[in-house]
Amino acid sequence: MASSTTSLPNRSFLSRVSTALYKRPWLLTLLLFLLPLGYMVVVYLGSLAALMVNSFYQLVDFSGKIVREFSLKNYAALLQPANLSIILRTVSMAAAVTVMCALLAFPLAYYMARYASPRAKGWLYLAVLLPLWSSYIVRVYAWKLILAREGVVAWLANQIGVQWLLDGVLAAPVIGGPSLSVSALGMFIAFTYVWLPYMVLPIQAALEKVPRSYLEASSDLGAQPGETFRNVILPLSFPGVVAGSIFTFSLTLGDFIVPQVLGNSAFFIGQAVLAYQGTAGNLPLAAAMTVVPMVIMVIYLLVARKFGAFEAL
Amino acid sequence: MSTPTYQFAVVFEQVTRAFGEVKAVDAVDLKIRDGEFFTMLGPSGSGKTTCLRMIAGFDRPTAGKVFLHGADVTALPPYERDVNTVFQDYALFPHMTVGDNIAYGLKIRKVGKADRLRRADEMLELVRLPGYGARKPSQLSGGQRQRVALARALINQPRVLLLDEPLGALDLKLRQQMQVELKGLQQRLGITFVFVTHDQEEALSMSDRIAVFNQGKIEQIGTPAEIYERPQTAFVAGFVGTSNMIDGALARQLTGIERSYALRPEKIHLCLPDAPPQPGSVALDGSVVDVDYLGLFTRYLVKLDSGDEMTVVQQNLQKSATEVAAHAGERVRLQWLKENMLELKG
Repeated sequence: MASSTTSLPNRSFLSRVSTALYKRPWLLTLLLFLLPLGYMVVVYLGSLAALMVNSFYQLVDFSGKIVREFSLKNYAALLQPANLSIILRTVSMAAAVTVMCALLAFPLAYYMARYASPRAKGWLYLAVLLPLWSSYIVRVYAWKLILAREGVVAWLANQIGVQWLLDGVLAAPVIGGPSLSVSALGMFIAFTYVWLPYMVLPIQAALEKVPRSYLEASSDLGAQPGETFRNVILPLSFPGVVAGSIFTFSLTLGDFIVPQVLGNSAFFIGQAVLAYQGTAGNLPLAAAMTVVPMVIMVIYLLVARKFGAFEAL
Repeated sequence: MSTPTYQFAVVFEQVTRAFGEVKAVDAVDLKIRDGEFFTMLGPSGSGKTTCLRMIAGFDRPTAGKVFLHGADVTALPPYERDVNTVFQDYALFPHMTVGDNIAYGLKIRKVGKADRLRRADEMLELVRLPGYGARKPSQLSGGQRQRVALARALINQPRVLLLDEPLGALDLKLRQQMQVELKGLQQRLGITFVFVTHDQEEALSMSDRIAVFNQGKIEQIGTPAEIYERPQTAFVAGFVGTSNMIDGALARQLTGIERSYALRPEKIHLCLPDAPPQPGSVALDGSVVDVDYLGLFTRYLVKLDSGDEMTVVQQNLQKSATEVAAHAGERVRLQWLKENMLELKG
């Protein structure tokens, strides 16, 4: 193309657009962000706002109509023992699942980051991510079968002669139930399984960022492997654990499938929301219930930021 | 094979370290004396850092033995060896303060907190960073991190300090200053320093003795003067300082036998083409191909009539009548004393 700087009119349209954008970097930024920003404002923040507004409305019991007036009655209802126990149950489960995921994920992530050959690491990545390729509802139902009274776990316990142990655990209050497939323990197992990949990857990323020379320096200064782990590896990878816990904690907090499939009549927050807006038709109370995990997560994220979790993502 | 004694801080006996097919260190014998400043010099990939890592215990020899002060440590992990290391990237723990970094070795040894703080402050004093204890490593400059790494490695009072290219990341002025400080520190503390570098000038200026590494083997061990004045191999002559190689037909013409010699550029006199030959000197004619003015001195590339090329260095003193400020293309005569031709092995 024969064009020169003096013959501006000859330049192509695209070239003129490029120049215009080059001279005004803010315009490029605006164009790039227009679509995602518009989506975030309208769809994401818009629905959140609608939710918040709804949570302050009120359902009139006898007419079944929603009164669009500001009231805190829904939030007061959350403080009733029934709702409080739902919240407490859900938060406890989320915390327990998070701790278990961290305990399981750390050794695996550590092996992947430190010892695995590039080839082995590729296979391990695949193994960690493979479950995410299938629908998680399908996998939860698979756990229903595994944990059922006639399932493989019960069968195995019987075969190796620890039926008494399984029965003992199921007889325990809170975590037990008629079978693993209808118990808090069963939910705990399934939750841990479905969210584990979200814990492995951030921890692995955090561990990869710890240079080998730090570990060498520690052992050079007299620290045995256990001391190096406590003093160097763990503190430096802890932000990764916190980052992973954001996923496992929040995903458990909002889930209603696992409690539905593997739980008993004791509700979780997600189920309560579903029941309030569906069966009960009390949309405002459901909205208020939804605000609970959001508030918990905001607090959680503020604490996580203190631990440097966001630098580890 | 002689039994190692305590006279030596570090002894290698036929140490080999192979990574797969590649022998990073190939059957090396080495004796580092107690209390000396010993430098392992060589290009990257020559095996010097691997040797250092085998002294520290980060790498194990595939064959051979390593002794520290007479004790066989070949199978000992790093935390059971009485040596400490200053790492090339300093390896300061980013989640600890400078003071905690320095006191780390003491914490591991279960020294009380008050004692730790006091001694960390002493070490900061020693490396001239008093009052920096509460900062984080990220708040320090490269030179300051270097000093903290040094303080951390010295606080356990090791008998041998290993330094892995510790000055590589510093700029020239700071590097020169640290060279002087390190040398002074080593003399004051009286402990053995094993220093790894690829910088021959650094090696010459600091060391009591130097081992020149090439392709996993030691080419020569000696004092800086020995290494520079009497290089035994073509590699040493070329790597430590620069040398003109005289071999083949030219060697026969000058000495009567076909051997290899090294000739330092500064030992050659650049004369006018009609300069009278000096007694005991060799004189060869040629023409100047290239002239590099380098401030302190000028470097000439001269093509001899025999076809060989010679690098000649002349200090930029006030030029006397016999010397020439030669320009490219001019005819010159090179003269040098026969004894300055250094005979090389092989």
